[in-house]
Amino acid sequence: MARTVWDSSVGKKTVMAVSGIVMLLYLVAHMIGNLKIYFGAGEFNSYAHWLRTVGEPFMHYEWTLWLIRVVLVAAVVAHATAAYQLSRRDIKARPSKYVHKKARTSYATRTMRWGGVILGLFIVWHLLDLTTGTAHPGGFQEGHPYQNVVDTFSTWYGNVIYIVAMLALGLHIRHGFWSAAQTLGAGGRTRERVLKTAANVLALLLTAGFIAVPVGVMTQVVS
Amino acid sequence: MTYTDYTTGDPVADTKAPSGPVHERWDTRRFEAKLVNPANRRKHTVIVVGTGLAGGSAGATLAEQGYHVVQFCYQDSPRRAHSIAAQGGINAAKNYRNDGDSVHRLFYDTVKGGDFRARESNVHRLAQISVEIIDQCVAQGVPFAREYGGLLDTRSFGGVQVSRTFYARGQTGQQLLLGAYQALSRQIAAGNVEMHPRTEMLDLIVVDGRARGIVARDLITGKIDTYFADAVVLASGGYGNVFYLSTNAMNSNATAIWRAHRRGALFANPCFTQIHPTCIPRTGDHQSKLTLMSESLRNDGRIWVPKAEGDTRPPKEIPEDERDYYLERIYPSFGNLVPRDIASRAAKNVCDEGRGVGPGGQGVYLDFSDAIARMGRKAVEAKYGNLFDMYHRITDEDPYEVPMRIYPAVHYTMGGLWVDYDLQTTVPGLFAIGEANFSDHGANRLGASALMQGLADGYFVLPATLNDYLARHPHQEPLTDEHPQVQEVLAETEDRVNLLLAVDGDRTPDSFHRELGELMWEFCGMARNAEGLRKALAEIPRVREEFWRRIKVPGTGEEFNQSLEKANRIVDYLELAELMCLDALHRAESCGGHFREESQTPDGEAARRDDEFGYAAAWEFTATGEAPVLHKEDLVFEYVHPTQRSYA
Amino acid sequence: MRLTLRVWRQRNADTDGAMSTYEVDGISPDMSFLEMLDVLNERLILQGEDPVAFDHDCREGICGACSLVINGDAHGPERTTTCQLHMRSFRDGDTIDIEPWRAAAFPVIKDLVVDRSAFDRIIQAGGYVTAPTGAAPEAHATPVPKPDADFAFEHAECIGCGACVAACPNGAAMLFTSAKVNHLNVLPQGAPERETRVLDMVAQMDAEGFGGCTLAGECATACPKGIPLFSITGMNKEWLRATRKAGKR
Repeated sequence: MARTVWDSSVGKKTVMAVSGIVMLLYLVAHMIGNLKIYFGAGEFNSYAHWLRTVGEPFMHYEWTLWLIRVVLVAAVVAHATAAYQLSRRDIKARPSKYVHKKARTSYATRTMRWGGVILGLFIVWHLLDLTTGTAHPGGFQEGHPYQNVVDTFSTWYGNVIYIVAMLALGLHIRHGFWSAAQTLGAGGRTRERVLKTAANVLALLLTAGFIAVPVGVMTQVVS
Repeated sequence: MTYTDYTTGDPVADTKAPSGPVHERWDTRRFEAKLVNPANRRKHTVIVVGTGLAGGSAGATLAEQGYHVVQFCYQDSPRRAHSIAAQGGINAAKNYRNDGDSVHRLFYDTVKGGDFRARESNVHRLAQISVEIIDQCVAQGVPFAREYGGLLDTRSFGGVQVSRTFYARGQTGQQLLLGAYQALSRQIAAGNVEMHPRTEMLDLIVVDGRARGIVARDLITGKIDTYFADAVVLASGGYGNVFYLSTNAMNSNATAIWRAHRRGALFANPCFTQIHPTCIPRTGDHQSKLTLMSESLRNDGRIWVPKAEGDTRPPKEIPEDERDYYLERIYPSFGNLVPRDIASRAAKNVCDEGRGVGPGGQGVYLDFSDAIARMGRKAVEAKYGNLFDMYHRITDEDPYEVPMRIYPAVHYTMGGLWVDYDLQTTVPGLFAIGEANFSDHGANRLGASALMQGLADGYFVLPATLNDYLARHPHQEPLTDEHPQVQEVLAETEDRVNLLLAVDGDRTPDSFHRELGELMWEFCGMARNAEGLRKALAEIPRVREEFWRRIKVPGTGEEFNQSLEKANRIVDYLELAELMCLDALHRAESCGGHFREESQTPDGEAARRDDEFGYAAAWEFTATGEAPVLHKEDLVFEYVHPTQRSYA
Repeated sequence: MRLTLRVWRQRNADTDGAMSTYEVDGISPDMSFLEMLDVLNERLILQGEDPVAFDHDCREGICGACSLVINGDAHGPERTTTCQLHMRSFRDGDTIDIEPWRAAAFPVIKDLVVDRSAFDRIIQAGGYVTAPTGAAPEAHATPVPKPDADFAFEHAECIGCGACVAACPNGAAMLFTSAKVNHLNVLPQGAPERETRVLDMVAQMDAEGFGGCTLAGECATACPKGIPLFSITGMNKEWLRATRKAGKR
């Protein structure tokens, strides 16, 4: 069955839809967690610590976190590989363009591919910045995420990269969520409006929720 | 000897229909027919030309039976055959409405509707099979209209008093054709049908008196090739495009049947053409084809013209008492619902009087303002919305506001290759099905009967009768291109194509087609008379001669060349048109779609003359422009006794 | 009306093509788009030039043969087939670009004519009900609820013109394939082959080299018969269902 799914264009789209939804669920949790930054360093840092102790004593320290990381990496790899292969296929299926050019489809649809690439690069930077600290401005302090976040958003480029990426994320989710619903067969004549509204609301909430952090730092509400 | 000096040869008779009670004949014939052992069927190759309702259903069914089918269509896909454009519906004697319908009533209506020029045996078989067709199509997934209970809906159509027409909105032909196409596709995938799209038959190969194959041109590469078989089935449709403007598809043509006729198949009743009364009028010389509006519009629309000649006021400004609702006036009991031939002729008459409306005065009003006032716009929209939209799109006039303009147009040809009860032509091994044959509609076809006949022939009749021919001729010598009779046909075809390319004259194919069409419409259209027909018969050879002197076909034969395709079809129209006029001239009676002005009742209605013309006229080809030979098939009516139709 | 036409000219599948410019005059707003091209072709023939090749047949919007991209739109600016598009949709003096369907699976044969046989092969892969002639039960043996019959009809209206592929930025044939899957899969007659049909047709669609769906929606906008975009959703659902069932076997 796995073979059938991966060999089919519809199957690969299913892989993208499922992996996309996994990442989307993670993002919702991530965004909610992020907002704790508004309640001070104590609450934020202890929340970050809790992430490592979830599931104890059944799980060992950081096991749950690693489990989530593994699932996420799998989702990202599956999503990106399927997207890459499908895009190759799409481009090959339409080798010559029309001479008469005209603007087509919504902004979100057209930016899915580039948006995806931007988000991929962003994730790399984001991990190097705030997880490993490799690319962190100033001294990265293990176990002090609050300070690390403030450091990042105290630089102009940190803000620019982050905000641009979150806008891309919004657009990506706006089309991606609706598209995933269609791929999984959840759409239909009557549900179109509901799904499109849900996609818009979700995209807006996530983008706003994430951007709230750098905005907080910039406006000194968080410092 | 001139063309009009035809001679009368031996009568032709249908030797295949069994005698005995009419309702038992089909069973008897099927029992008497020899069968081919299923294991041997694979060894037989059958060529089918055309993929419409008749060809598509025949190809699929023969392949299901185990024959090796080689099938051709000029379109890029078998799904595009012109059956797809049929709107109205398909008749079947299911009697689901419990309204008194029966096989016998459908049989009766069809014989009478055909104005007593069809064969009783064939028509009865058609009525019997009609029932099975619906079952077959439903099983294929044809989405017929249904009632809320989930059962099939029917409507009444074409002036009959029972509701026996099954339909799929205004696209019945499309849905039935897709059903046949899908069945055919299944056989193509299974390797039982070898499909050649974009390939046009240019001639028939007859060897030792039997149809053994065809010569066809690959329309993409231009390659002319031979294809051999044990039997050849022509399902290539009608020849309405002789008139240039018709409701036929642009590329529908007569080449397959005309070439078969030249190779020995008799051509029956070529003058029986159906002119449909409700088409959208032409808008100018650029017109390339005519579009039909469903006949159902006459159920609620009122047809009128101004009483005064040359009245050019907009319709709304013409007061009620200055309008002539001429059908209601002349035929008070049937009114706007008179049969197609009568409605068409009446429209022509008022236009000839100078009372026609619209550009060129070639149109009459079909007015829905009374219906809108009576039923409300909503109800009219629900019933005819898609037709109104189509009209609006084509004419840019809103039929809710302004009356529609309609005019008759050539629609269907009842004539075709003469076939016996087995649907075999006079060339052994050559069969003709669907509109390509002449068999079931007599001189006038009833609405919703064309789809029925095409599918009856293809799904049920031919697959039963072809067995008999193949069983009786199981071993035919294998053929190659080297066979002298094959060589001859191939060479003739290539010469014809090369000649068309070589003339390099100064007139386009379309200009000749249009000229011929105007001639035919004028003299062999809705009303014909001896003088006009003689004039046409004098003109056609002139046009033909000019064609071969002045035709210009650009490009070469070894490529995709649509001008060459067109020119080659016109070659055959220029010969067929002559036979149509001769047939119309010889048939000095009025019947069905053939109205001879000399043969009218005192009140101007068609007068049939059964004593003199109660036969099907089957013509034998001699040579281009040379007088053909007439073979008569006497029609015997044992069950439905001829009466003069009356609709007053 | 006087118009400037820029038309894709390509001698055959093996040669390169280019846009050529032609002026046409005396065009009536009542002409159909194809009749306007007829006028051009009549002139070209008399000038000894090769007329523009284009597919067309019924000219009443049902056979699906006509297939022109006009000013970047499959079938032009109105929601209809090219043959039912009239010149009144254009203005005197306009320049009109005319191109063939563009997709790897629809190679150009000549000028504006493309090879759409890939569609036939998708149908051959499973777009039918196996019901050999003569085997049919009485038509009323299986009632079909009216909503299902209407749903089937709505999808069965597809004319196979290929505008969906031409309009799709990915050259995908999802709308065409889904229309047939939905037509047959909703009917009781189509139920026994429900799973194999969708799996085989989708596999064939992929094998023909059509692209995948990104829900751009261009196909449904271009479709002259109004096959809705959610038709694709329906096919996805059928495909998933069939894959799950196949996995269990």
